[in-house]
Amino acid sequence: MFLSKEEEKILNGEYGEVKQLAMKLLVKLGEKFKAEKLISISSVQIAGISYKTIGDPGLEFIESLVNSGAKVCVPAFMNPAGMDLDNWKELGIKEEFAEKQKRIVEALKKAGVIPASTCTPYLCGLLPAKDEHIAWSESSAVIFANSVIGALTNREGGPSALASAIIGKTPYYGFHIKENRKPKLKVEFLGKIKDECDMYALAYCIAKQSKDIPYIKGVNVHDSDLLKGFGATLAAYNSLAIFHMENITPEAKEFCNGNIDFQDKIKIDEKDLEKAKKEMGEEGEEADVIMIGCPHTSAKEIAMINEMIGERKLRKEMWIFTSKPIKVLIERSNIAKELERKNVRIIADTCPVVAPIEDLGIKCVVTNSGKATFYLPSACKAKVIFMPIREVIERFAI
Amino acid sequence: MSSEKIKGNAIMEGVAEGEVLYTEESISFFGGVDMKTGQIIQKGHELKGQSIKDKILIFPKGSGSTVGSYVIYGLKKYNTAPKAMILENAETIICTGAILAKIPCMDSIDIKALKNAEKVKVVITTNEAYVEILR
Repeated sequence: MFLSKEEEKILNGEYGEVKQLAMKLLVKLGEKFKAEKLISISSVQIAGISYKTIGDPGLEFIESLVNSGAKVCVPAFMNPAGMDLDNWKELGIKEEFAEKQKRIVEALKKAGVIPASTCTPYLCGLLPAKDEHIAWSESSAVIFANSVIGALTNREGGPSALASAIIGKTPYYGFHIKENRKPKLKVEFLGKIKDECDMYALAYCIAKQSKDIPYIKGVNVHDSDLLKGFGATLAAYNSLAIFHMENITPEAKEFCNGNIDFQDKIKIDEKDLEKAKKEMGEEGEEADVIMIGCPHTSAKEIAMINEMIGERKLRKEMWIFTSKPIKVLIERSNIAKELERKNVRIIADTCPVVAPIEDLGIKCVVTNSGKATFYLPSACKAKVIFMPIREVIERFAI
Repeated sequence: MSSEKIKGNAIMEGVAEGEVLYTEESISFFGGVDMKTGQIIQKGHELKGQSIKDKILIFPKGSGSTVGSYVIYGLKKYNTAPKAMILENAETIICTGAILAKIPCMDSIDIKALKNAEKVKVVITTNEAYVEILR
């Protein structure tokens, strides 16, 4: 791999141990993926923040790195933590967990990471442009940035994202190169998307059939929240980091005008979606709690939920997960107070996947999130009922 | 006395000498290795119950969650790490873990040339990476 004189100096330790370690990681991973060089990036998003997922070894590594003087040199946001950083007690989070979670966040803050603690940085202050090189790691944010925005990022691990933030660069391979972003699989959807569960079931069907980059035809949905949840579902079920959707995503046109040789073609219809929905969720009438916001909700989604419940209230508590900036915005409006009266709680900084849900006595969850149907059973040992938000509200509103 | 040197690709530099712990099954460090003891606890793994502490660990590749990198770092912290890791293909999880923990690591070798319990010497520098079977 080609390194500039300056990069060589960093690798040789002339700028200290922390930068040397970060550079070494980038260079070794770059060599692994046959990158020809390093390129500058404009922002970083770091996953592996929750104490539930990284545990003591992650905490110790981050603390020791920061205590050795680690500082980020490009804007860096962090992924959701294992709890609402301000209101964790009300969630029933144990003191010991909270203490360790706070240490992780404090260490990263000391290194200059912005504690937005969200999987949707693009909704609250970190929005790249098309063709902008970034190094993000949260799977739903990566697929949204690549597909819906057209920014360029690989799916980084927590440590490689942190290393990129310290150096300001990433190895040039994978989705940083236009050629590698070309679709390989043509997906024809025959039918109509009626609600978000249809959309996420479509993602599930694609994820189950192929690991190739899909070019999806026949979806007529112009809604960034649905695209957010669609990408999140694809990424959860299949590790995909990019998709193209005809007439909707920015690169679709660039690729479909060319001579792409689609070796594989699949067709998906409404019957497939119904079958998928049965596989994604379980049957059930009742649940311990309703969870919305995986990925984190936008302000628009929260306002819509408030509208839909109207003058009624929910007989089961609804937890809406979002980022702190969006929560603050909602609290500044009248919506937060109205939702409180309707039995809806807004929780910031965390999510159904990385919070210790299994320790909170929650055994069954109703959700409209495709991604959560994948993670709640495995990461939180909870049963999932998968329903569109409109039906959830009709079932639980009184 | 002839000694055989098997060359590979350097991931993390270092020199180590010890006894081989060999498997042809991939290892998921997250959920598969107990950091505090160094024991393999991966469900159904052929090495389940054995300790990787102070061994020259030879396996084809890593698998499972990327948190595995932090587990490898944790092994070093708790003094339960292998002396070196030799793989067919060290993907991101193992590469990252070896570098963070500073555990000598190399890959791109045919691991079938090595056997369980034999004594080997591992030499990994910026210029070369090889494992030598000590007879």
